[in-house]
Amino acid sequence: MRRKLLIAIPYFWLLVLFLVPFLIVLKISLSDTAIARPPYTPTLDLSLGWAGVKDFFSQLDMENFTFLTEDALYWKAYLSSLEIALVATLATLIVGFPIAYGMAKAPSEWRPTLMMLIILPFWTSFLIRIYAWIGILSNEGYLNQILLWSGIIDEPLKIINTTMAVYIGIVYTYLPFMILPIYATLEKLDESLLEAAEDLGCSRLSAFWLVTLPLAKPGIIAGCFLVFIPAIGEFVIPSLLGGSQTLMIGKVLWEEFFSNRDWPVASAVAVILLLILVIPIILFQRNEQKNREEG
Amino acid sequence: MNDNNGNTDFAPWEDPAEKPLIEFRNVTKRFGDFTAIDDLSINIYDKEFYALLGPSGCGKTTLMRMLAGFETPTEGQILLDGQDMAAVPPNKRPTNMMFQSYALFPHLSVAENIAFGLKRSDMPKSEIAGRVDEMLRLTRLEQFGKRKPHQISGGQRQRVALARSLAKAPKLLLLDEPLGALDKKLRQDTQFELMDIQEKTGTTFVIVTHDQEEAMTVASRIAVMDAGRIIQVATPDRLYENPNSVYVADFIGEINLIEGKAEPLGDKLTEIHWAEGEAPIIGTAPADLAKGTACHFAIRPEKVAISSERPETHANAVQGQVHDIAYLGNISTYHVKLKNGQIIKAQAANNRRLSRRNFTWEDPVWLSWTDTAGVILTQ
Ligand SMILES: Nc1ncnc2c1ncn2[C@@H]1O[C@H](COP(=O)(O)OP(=O)(O)O)[C@@H](O)[C@H]1O
Ligand SMILES: [Mg+2]
Repeated sequence: MRRKLLIAIPYFWLLVLFLVPFLIVLKISLSDTAIARPPYTPTLDLSLGWAGVKDFFSQLDMENFTFLTEDALYWKAYLSSLEIALVATLATLIVGFPIAYGMAKAPSEWRPTLMMLIILPFWTSFLIRIYAWIGILSNEGYLNQILLWSGIIDEPLKIINTTMAVYIGIVYTYLPFMILPIYATLEKLDESLLEAAEDLGCSRLSAFWLVTLPLAKPGIIAGCFLVFIPAIGEFVIPSLLGGSQTLMIGKVLWEEFFSNRDWPVASAVAVILLLILVIPIILFQRNEQKNREEG
Repeated sequence: MNDNNGNTDFAPWEDPAEKPLIEFRNVTKRFGDFTAIDDLSINIYDKEFYALLGPSGCGKTTLMRMLAGFETPTEGQILLDGQDMAAVPPNKRPTNMMFQSYALFPHLSVAENIAFGLKRSDMPKSEIAGRVDEMLRLTRLEQFGKRKPHQISGGQRQRVALARSLAKAPKLLLLDEPLGALDKKLRQDTQFELMDIQEKTGTTFVIVTHDQEEAMTVASRIAVMDAGRIIQVATPDRLYENPNSVYVADFIGEINLIEGKAEPLGDKLTEIHWAEGEAPIIGTAPADLAKGTACHFAIRPEKVAISSERPETHANAVQGQVHDIAYLGNISTYHVKLKNGQIIKAQAANNRRLSRRNFTWEDPVWLSWTDTAGVILTQ
């Protein structure tokens, strides 16, 4: 009985925090817009009894989903989100791996400090940090000032309001999610494995390719998912740094909700986004599961 | 006992014309201001099974790591086949090491682990599979080639590590406490397997161990180490019978040590005065000692006879009382307390049933031994 209760608590949690909101969003996505409050119909009116429930369900339809397939804007936004998330994930990996590697090779008394430095930015508001990047990347920003002053460039670089700025923002924001899992696998890598590889005829470099990298793979995969999954739906970074040029589904979602006040279409966009994310999330879970079994 | 090579007169270290395979010349290794290896010189010959024996922390692993190339000597030289190894990185040395932790690659199967070194060598691809099979057969792992290291037992893992380090047919195989993780029975079996493999492959083995029985079983010669220095290098039987110091005598097997002052009788026979009112012990010194030299008389328990009457034949006899008896099945060790309080251990075979044993607690007994049974140690 107590066991069942213990298992029931996390399920209850999932039910309340995930399933219920999801069902609400799903329901809205099947509704129609209305100039009302809330801005959609139908709403469930239980005072009418069974007839009310029947009436409610008969009015739900897939109209909004059909609409999404008809307007090119939406699937272009999905595709461009996937592309941006993919490129940004690779960029985060390229920046994050050497940092994680350096941390794992650092003397053990330094490691807590280095770890602290990685986590430190989380202590200030995400929004403020992204605003700070506007100050750095804009045409009159610090980056351009320094480059102009040192004579490396004659014209200010146009970075702000381009996809480049979005990449920089994503790499910056999600770097800790890449570094920490990779660091965790590299830190527990047994130094004697590298010595064994060298002993058996590997150079340092080939020992890295043949031993370090394969053993860091679970961490690399975990890190990539942890960056890729939230980056697809990212809204703040493309709207603050990407300007009007950057098309991302998170931004579309925002505009549907708050500019067009078309909650049903916005909900449909969100449902599709969730379905797209389910695939990498399942893959991520399987990766974690495999590591636990082997670890 | 030292006949590991099927050849009773395998003793290249006694032949001055023989060139050693490995030569340590006054090697010192310091970590910061801590000296791990202190001015050490040894020679190891081709086809030897050379054991480094010593307590934990005495520098055995450091010595091995210098041979493998993971540490460089602070001073001195290490020569392999007459060539100074200082500038040769680990991956270019004709040595392979079996690591204390096995260091098997967890992401590779048993067969891939064994093939790892071969793939880095100039062996043609077509021959690698055959060599891997040969190694699997040698270490009796035929059925486990496809498994990952975490899917096999500790003993099997240890054999994979051995197979992997042997696969490239190195000139020199380094084994760092290879059997440390095994239980006693498996350990003994594996010791014989190691000797068998060493004989079959003709590889020179250097083995590190802190277990003297293991060293005695497998090695052609044993180097006893203490605090970064070599105390004695000898064949197992010489080390046991003729230790050069109290340290070695005490480290290898059980021994009785009696402290006293030497008085030479000539012809190497020496009297040792060890207690007031007791007859001096008569023993044989390795060299003539000056009168009054402080020394230890060392004798193994199995070389001390125990009897109820004073024996006529032995040169030395002392009287005491049975203080304790350790029954080990085939033999018993009698702890006999002498008049001055010193305990001497004597071993006797239990060739009668326990109930008909000659001596029991508190019995007065005589201990006796010949004048050549023990050794006189001055270090
Ligand atoms: N890399 C190192 N840095 C500092 N001290 C070390 C290092 N490696 C070994 N030592 C020290 O050298 C001594 C000998 O170590 P080791 O060769 O591992 O001993 P053994 O294998 O005989 O147990 C130990 O006191 C150890 O602490
Ligand atoms: Mg060691």
